[in-house]
Amino acid sequence: MRKYRGSSKLLLQPRTTNEVSQILKYCNSRLLAVVPQGGNTGLVGGSVPVFDEVIINMGSMNNLITFDKGSGVLVCEAGCILENLVSFVDDHGFIMPLDLGAKGSCQIGGNVSTNAGGLRLVRYGSLHGNILGLEAVLANGDVIDMLGTLRKDNTGYDLKHLFIGSEGSLGIVTKVSIHTPPKLSSVNLAFLACKDYFSCQKLLREAKRKLGEILSAFEFLDNQSMDLVLTYLEGVRNPFSSSMHNFYVLIETTGSEESYDREKLEAFLLSSMEGGLISDGVIAQDINQASSFWRIREGIAEALMKAGAVYKYDLSLPVEKMYDLVEKMRQRLGETAKVIGYGHLGDGNLHLNISAPRYDDMIFAQIEPYVYEWTSEHRGSISAEHGLGLMKANKIFYSKSPKTVQLMSSIKKLLDPNGILNPYKVLPHSLSSH
Amino acid sequence: MKIMVAIKRVVDYAVKIRVKSDRTGVETNNVKMSMNPFCEIALEEALRIKESGLASEVVAVSMGPAQCVDTLRTGLAMGADRGVHVEAAGQLYPLTVAKILKSLVEVEKPGLIILGKQAIDDDCNQTGQMVAGLLSWPQGTFASKVVLDKEKQLAMVEREVDGGLETLELDLPAVITTDLRLNQPRYATLPNIMKAKSKPIKKYTPQELNVDVKSDLEVIQVTEPPKRKAGVILSSVEELIDKLKNEARVI
Repeated sequence: MRKYRGSSKLLLQPRTTNEVSQILKYCNSRLLAVVPQGGNTGLVGGSVPVFDEVIINMGSMNNLITFDKGSGVLVCEAGCILENLVSFVDDHGFIMPLDLGAKGSCQIGGNVSTNAGGLRLVRYGSLHGNILGLEAVLANGDVIDMLGTLRKDNTGYDLKHLFIGSEGSLGIVTKVSIHTPPKLSSVNLAFLACKDYFSCQKLLREAKRKLGEILSAFEFLDNQSMDLVLTYLEGVRNPFSSSMHNFYVLIETTGSEESYDREKLEAFLLSSMEGGLISDGVIAQDINQASSFWRIREGIAEALMKAGAVYKYDLSLPVEKMYDLVEKMRQRLGETAKVIGYGHLGDGNLHLNISAPRYDDMIFAQIEPYVYEWTSEHRGSISAEHGLGLMKANKIFYSKSPKTVQLMSSIKKLLDPNGILNPYKVLPHSLSSH
Repeated sequence: MKIMVAIKRVVDYAVKIRVKSDRTGVETNNVKMSMNPFCEIALEEALRIKESGLASEVVAVSMGPAQCVDTLRTGLAMGADRGVHVEAAGQLYPLTVAKILKSLVEVEKPGLIILGKQAIDDDCNQTGQMVAGLLSWPQGTFASKVVLDKEKQLAMVEREVDGGLETLELDLPAVITTDLRLNQPRYATLPNIMKAKSKPIKKYTPQELNVDVKSDLEVIQVTEPPKRKAGVILSSVEELIDKLKNEARVI
């Protein structure tokens, strides 16, 4: 994103948990700050050193440890690239429970440390549910082995949840045990056009009810997002011949019976069309067409980068209110910047992006703190899935109460008394006593 | 003028195929099947010709098991007017397909037959040429551009050949097979998917068309190609020369 720049002088690439342990033990004794780093695909500066923190890059710990073909439980090291894991389990008839645009570079340890969401969360749930166990190294070098492969284990406090989503601030994840769902043969994808946001919402409610267990993704994007993608990406075409649609929705179903799923999807879409919820739609007839529909949705981030400077916001909001914020921002920014809205409508997650020719303080002043205040007023989250990192480290109070944050700070002090793990990130700077 | 388009149901182009453990063929159980991409292009071309007013009807034809109807429905959803399903179990090889198409031509009497240049499962690239031979019709294969002249009753076909582009003029009725660059097929839209449900699909059996499906070909075995050996990163020029001399024995 070219937004964050540190001045680290040392990057280490440990190959074993023992090496990670030794590194942290040493750094802790010398009060040397460290930044755990995976695929470096984070969007909030969580994996970039702020000053001269030592970078601990997990990329060399990329071994697959075991895979149980019966239960689908995969155990691997934190540096495994998500796309490689996807290929591996695919050969055995399974899929990874998460899927994101960055899969070619992001590492599973990073996904776990940021509790990555992605396109399939609406069907398979979050990593808090799919991670069965993990191994992490604490700031003092202690290796905590919680690498269970059991679906159910209620023995004591489930500490792995502390490491899932704490963005490397409580420990470095070195191994992961993840439950992978079986790969179902029938995948269908529809690209739909809606005339207004209200229709998108209603369509979501109907889809959850009528498609039920086969719904596997529900994404939306506005007209401005579509324009951006068509302008800046090569080889992308609008599935619809006319460009006069205001909103687009992608619905994916995954099931085990091709003709049954197809009929169910077609019946749902046709009745939605008759009911006026959809103004037009296409269904992908083969995997190539499906990929080209996904390219539109997944390519928005890339198109934004090509368009110039981008201010990215990742918010959880009540579905009815979600697009109001996009329209408010449009009013506030007028001609100075382009505001686009898209995201995981199925999870109530909006990706609000403001695109400008270059970074500009006046534009920024119109965006923050208004965006956070508005989100807070509607009891939303200022970071649905991207995490806090450096970008939002001081913003946590918009979404969490002071007492809650105080408790987080106590846990941080307990696990990392010297504050060497990823300092300046996640929790407000005012709470660290250095 | 009526246009007949032959479409084949094949393993989806993007699927990673696996050979069955008994080596009798490729695994198709629980695998995504779709319309052969070249057939999609053929159908798209037929639809464009019809939309430009040079044809009155597009008939899509598919041969094989009951599931071929799914592929025909896709064709109808793209815009074909009618479907024809010749139901047959077992493998149908190009000559058999060509004979069945010839019989159908005698029933439907189209002015133009368009097929994909080859199917991505067997890569035969034979059916179009065989049909033309059986009917004694002119053929324009690997078409990258097709222009019809209704008055003069001919088709101008630009073909991609090794040396470049060749332009042929064919008297109608004729057979054309399509190459990748001919067009970009349209998506199946919801309104058209809905219309397709009421379009007729006529069923035939090869016996009704007086075609014997017994083939002179028999597939004995299907195996995977030998796995590529991993490359080795060498540390010096000396090591490279040593390996070229003593292992690969090429110098």
